[in-house]
Amino acid sequence: MRLFRHELRSQLRLYSRSRELAFFTFALPLIMFFLLGSVYGNDRIKSEQNVRAADYLLAGMLGYGAIATGFAGLSIMLVIRRESGILKRVRATPLPAWAYVVALLCTTLIAFALEAICMVALGRLYFHTHTHNLFSLGLALLLGAAAFTALGLALTSLIRSAEGSSAVVNAIYLPVSFLSGAFFSPHSFPAALKAIANALPLVYVIRLVRDIALHNQQIWDRPGDVAVIAAWGLAGAIVAARRFRWEPQEG
Amino acid sequence: MTPVVSVHGVTKSYGEFEALKGVEFELRAGEVFGLLGPNGAGKTTTIEILEGYRRRDGGEVQVLGVDPADAGLDWRARIGVVLQSSAVYENLTVAEQLAQFAGYYERPRPVDEVIGLIGLEEKRDARARRLSGGQRRRLDLGLALVGDPELIFLDEPTTGFDPGARRRAWETIRSLSALGKTTLLTTHYLDEVEQLADRVAVLREGRVVASGTVQELVGGAPTTEIRYRRNGEVVVVETEEPTRVLHELTAAAIRRGEELDGLEVRKPSLEEVYLSLTQAEPE
Repeated sequence: MRLFRHELRSQLRLYSRSRELAFFTFALPLIMFFLLGSVYGNDRIKSEQNVRAADYLLAGMLGYGAIATGFAGLSIMLVIRRESGILKRVRATPLPAWAYVVALLCTTLIAFALEAICMVALGRLYFHTHTHNLFSLGLALLLGAAAFTALGLALTSLIRSAEGSSAVVNAIYLPVSFLSGAFFSPHSFPAALKAIANALPLVYVIRLVRDIALHNQQIWDRPGDVAVIAAWGLAGAIVAARRFRWEPQEG
Repeated sequence: MTPVVSVHGVTKSYGEFEALKGVEFELRAGEVFGLLGPNGAGKTTTIEILEGYRRRDGGEVQVLGVDPADAGLDWRARIGVVLQSSAVYENLTVAEQLAQFAGYYERPRPVDEVIGLIGLEEKRDARARRLSGGQRRRLDLGLALVGDPELIFLDEPTTGFDPGARRRAWETIRSLSALGKTTLLTTHYLDEVEQLADRVAVLREGRVVASGTVQELVGGAPTTEIRYRRNGEVVVVETEEPTRVLHELTAAAIRRGEELDGLEVRKPSLEEVYLSLTQAEPE
């Protein structure tokens, strides 16, 4: 436990030092929320029970933040650490593997928690959004972010080199965010795109968040969504556990 | 005294390719041991088996009395590892990075003492991304030393250094044996083993083709070289019977009333021994 606490402190410091991570996974979702909210925040969305667009957007942006931080940020950072040999070097020390991985996941979740707090605060103060059921909302976001970190670990094990990692990650998480209605209501999307989105976990995270924050439901009212998200997370964790590598690809 | 590291008949294949074909050597406590060989000879495979990163296919290995293939975390606390390429966190300062790794050990060496040992006092609070290649490598060495290990593995620690940086790295490595540490060093630089290593094993195509002290390697070479100049041209005679050949040469010269210009009798240098060991056609 002493080792874990030490590693968690170190990882938090490392995380806070990385400008790339801070920008892409922390600032960018906030900036997107600010920009999109400024463009159409005061509209009403007829297809979605006439809710205010700012409220609707906040849920999408929280989902986007979860995938950006837990999935994209984590996997890019880990691939770089693996390919530069840092993970291999850590394996030569008496630090247990679990302590390293768990500290890294906790760091990612803490970063996302801060981001979610900033996002909700920005919504309240600037766009006058209403967020209900903060406890349930917190649980839903934790579940979503945890599932994305597991998927991020799984993706890390599938990416071969540091050079291509950010391209691969961006090519996955940006279209997924778009399809899942993080930026706009997917109501007018063609059926084929909707079908793809419905096979992916982010749709369920955003829907769960929206139902809790806007429609006054609790996380336990939506067991179906919770099950889909948890199943994706579990699948990610299984792939990660089987395929995770500490050593760089052989040159 | 039991050896710190013993390697017997170790084999390792990657698919069809036999990287190690029965490697043998031992490290004694407190020595610097050089594993020398050209690229592809199996140096890194050997050292990574000893570090516990790779599994051998056959043979026996003991490192600090333990088989690295099933060694635990307390064993890791007793070894220090410098990998072939530097691996440091770019965004941490020298002192922070050492403190982070120090936290992994029960009885670490004080961070500032390590900084002194690797000569990075002036860069103590500089982030790793601002360090030169040689400075990063020394930080790398510092990370291997901060746990105060008994045994240190250095895989090509000075590759790519300028001459000044190499000299400083050598000083640091020498200071390790002064501290009673045992060091296994791989390199393809001959001057490095001449400077540092108490004993050497030369690896070639997955086998140890020679081992011993540097003096033994050079002295053990069968041939002696006799050189002199005749009519302005250098004549080189390689012989396993230098006494007789030299006697005949000088006797003939005396009969002719000549001087043998530039007469030299010498054993081949380590470099020549090394080249003959690593480049000769396989028998």
